[in-house]
Amino acid sequence: MAAITLDINGKKHDLDIDPKMPLLWAIRDVVGLKGTKFGCGMAQCGACTVHMNGHPTRSCVLPVQSVVGSKITTIEGIGTEENLHPVQKAWIDEQVPQCGYCQSGQIMAAAALLKDKPTPTDADITSAMQGHICRCGTYDRIRKAIHTAAKSKSPKGEMSGGK
Amino acid sequence: MSNRRTFLKTLGLSSASFVLGVSSFAKGNAVVNMTTDPLSLALEINPFIVIQPSGQITLINPRPDMGQGSTQAVPSLLAEELEVSLDQVTIAQSDGKGKYGNQTSGGSSSVRALWTPIRQAGAAAKEMLIKAAAQRWSVPESECYVEKAKVIHRPSGKSLTYGEVADDASKLEIPKNPKLKDAKDFKIIGKYAPRLDVPARVTGKAVYGIDVEVPGMVYAVMLHSPMIHGKVVSIDDSEALKIKGVQKVLKCERPMPHRTSEAVAIIADNYWAALSAKKAVKVQWDNGTLGQTLTTAAYFKKCAEAATKEGLKAEEEGDFAATFGAAAKKLEAVYETPFLAHAPMEPENAIAHIKDDGTAEVWAPIQGPDWALRDLAGYLKIKPEQIKINVALLGGAFGRKAYHDFLLEACFLSKDVKKPVKLVWTREDDITQGPYRPGMMARMQGGVDAKGNIVAYHHHPIGESIQFQVFKAPSNKPDDWVCGELSQKEQKYNIPAFKISYTHVPTEIPIVWWRSVYASNFGFSQEGFFDELAHAANKDPLKARLELMSDARFKKVLETLAEKANWGEKLPAGQGKGIAIFKSFGSISACCVTVAKQGTGVKIEKVVSVIDCGHYVNPDNVKAQTEGNIVMGITAAVKKGITFTNGQSDHTNFHQYQVMRMNEMPKVEIHIVESGAEPGGVGEPGLPPIAPALANAVFAATGKRIRRLPFDLNTLA
Repeated sequence: MAAITLDINGKKHDLDIDPKMPLLWAIRDVVGLKGTKFGCGMAQCGACTVHMNGHPTRSCVLPVQSVVGSKITTIEGIGTEENLHPVQKAWIDEQVPQCGYCQSGQIMAAAALLKDKPTPTDADITSAMQGHICRCGTYDRIRKAIHTAAKSKSPKGEMSGGK
Repeated sequence: MSNRRTFLKTLGLSSASFVLGVSSFAKGNAVVNMTTDPLSLALEINPFIVIQPSGQITLINPRPDMGQGSTQAVPSLLAEELEVSLDQVTIAQSDGKGKYGNQTSGGSSSVRALWTPIRQAGAAAKEMLIKAAAQRWSVPESECYVEKAKVIHRPSGKSLTYGEVADDASKLEIPKNPKLKDAKDFKIIGKYAPRLDVPARVTGKAVYGIDVEVPGMVYAVMLHSPMIHGKVVSIDDSEALKIKGVQKVLKCERPMPHRTSEAVAIIADNYWAALSAKKAVKVQWDNGTLGQTLTTAAYFKKCAEAATKEGLKAEEEGDFAATFGAAAKKLEAVYETPFLAHAPMEPENAIAHIKDDGTAEVWAPIQGPDWALRDLAGYLKIKPEQIKINVALLGGAFGRKAYHDFLLEACFLSKDVKKPVKLVWTREDDITQGPYRPGMMARMQGGVDAKGNIVAYHHHPIGESIQFQVFKAPSNKPDDWVCGELSQKEQKYNIPAFKISYTHVPTEIPIVWWRSVYASNFGFSQEGFFDELAHAANKDPLKARLELMSDARFKKVLETLAEKANWGEKLPAGQGKGIAIFKSFGSISACCVTVAKQGTGVKIEKVVSVIDCGHYVNPDNVKAQTEGNIVMGITAAVKKGITFTNGQSDHTNFHQYQVMRMNEMPKVEIHIVESGAEPGGVGEPGLPPIAPALANAVFAATGKRIRRLPFDLNTLA
């Protein structure tokens, strides 16, 4: 056990946990943010994806000691029902989720993609998203929703909404 | 009235609200049904509506949502007849008690089963609300109508909200035959509407089973027997107990329907500690002869032996032996489909709290709280009314979460530690432990006469029976889950000599229903072999089917497919198209797959799927479910199945048990045939035609006949 300070969604959390605990379990079971999901525990499915300093990262294999000092953003940190991130809004517009369990990770990956490439090609989307498994089979809608989100940018080229 | 107030209490809702109307159905008398002893687990469906004075309308939804959309479909049926909008209906999940009847999401049954009763419930409630308002105003009911949760008096324009008349209405007789709307007047059913549960699912706020926490709970992980049924000889927990947070390591059990296996569990105050301890615990297992017996190769060897013999006859039209014997061309083939894991994205999990007073409470993502109640009562040897079930959202299920081993494991552990226990399976547990879609074999025989007519057909499924393993059904007669849907009555091939047989080959590998159940196995053999017969008869595969089918709905589905998929167009060199049609769960689905040669294999270019599911609720959800069926159907055809070598699953996680990903998505098109027939299923029927259409396309493009799944798209092996 050790004192570990995590910066999650702009808030500092002082935790006394095993430094080897994967970030996923610290987020879910210690900090109590349940939107980030456990799917495989070996970075194969993408359900646990969060942003580390803006980059999509698999939290299920990332020890908390390695993220001290980094800014972590989870699905709860990019938008809310009242103030949706454009990617979340596009996910609603295209009715992407079925069970929805993998979608937090999918949305985090898509949001990071659009930050890097505001108007991604189909190849860009495939490359960014193929690490994510959806057993309900929503891949086509995910692709559509990313294009929809790309079109929803403000004239300045910034993603609107969310914080 | 007093009865209705009693129900309310059992529901746990505010006593200031009023149960209304509701039922309909079977006996036409809600009061009788609602007061039936909750011990009884075999009642007709009897959900109900609660309208509070605030106007809030609550539907007790008897079908858990695993992604198939029941939280939209079921309230839509109610809202349509009650004349309210979907956002005015609050949904509570039923808890398994007998008064709600069948509550299992499975068999693509939610809309099919609830189509009439829920609409009748809404219509009855509406009539009662009108009557109550009319009485209060002393005006004829005929002068009143409803709109947007209000009763309105047409001549005067005055109105009362449903909430304002709910109490009066709840005292009225429930109409036995409420008038249902004509389909042409539907405002919600059959129309697109966004699912109201989606915003929660995209913001991380939806609460799945794995997200539930209860006060005082501890975490548990299972250390299952690698050979599933091995016995625990010894446990060395000395290293595990040194890990901070680990409370206990204990021998426990995994109760499955066909047998209970020994297991070990780790209890800890957080999940990570328990997981870490799992790696540190050393268990010696006595595997007996499982290394030799628990293998898929041994099982399929027995199936192959059975394929050389006659099975138990399930059905015969005409004289198969004579017709086949006299046929000008005789075809024989063996088809094979593998064991498959469901692998829902949310692993199996449950919280159980067995309390000091002997009562139990559970929280879990389960498909059927009614089945769970039966299983829990049987396992814990307590009465159903001593059990409270809380159903959370399911992060996928595909059949897996209507099998309650994980739930009973949590009960065993809670009984031992006397605390609420939250058990979460790892992905490795999910993939290595089963239960699985059974691997099956099919022996096919068919004959074509001298004129090129397909005159004889024999479909002989071989393999383990879910009804035998899960429900202890007798082994000495054909499994009707297997044979029933392959019947000529179901599949509509008017072949003069038509025979279905079955041979049961048991296995100790746990099996259970998987999306579309046996249709996922035998849709492949039926439609793959039919393609062979069509080619033997020198006929176009689509025309050969149309020639043999007289059923208007089947024909319409095939004709729609031919048009939408441009069947018959001249294809570029190296491309091929294949089709298949299969009826399952009350719906007819056909698809056309286009493949293109690529290196030593093929690439899937396009899938066009057509479904006639009769009346449906939301066309977008029909499409979404069919999209899912295409993805899962292709995965089942071309990704590795579950194999057991030396008693153990050869795959442990998604790096080995691979599933289709976005980069493998073909173009997909879905078309709904508007038949206006009684509702059929939507969650499963799109799947069975996928694999055979793909295999038939491979044949068209390459000449290679695929009879065994899975096959490798890159090598066709």
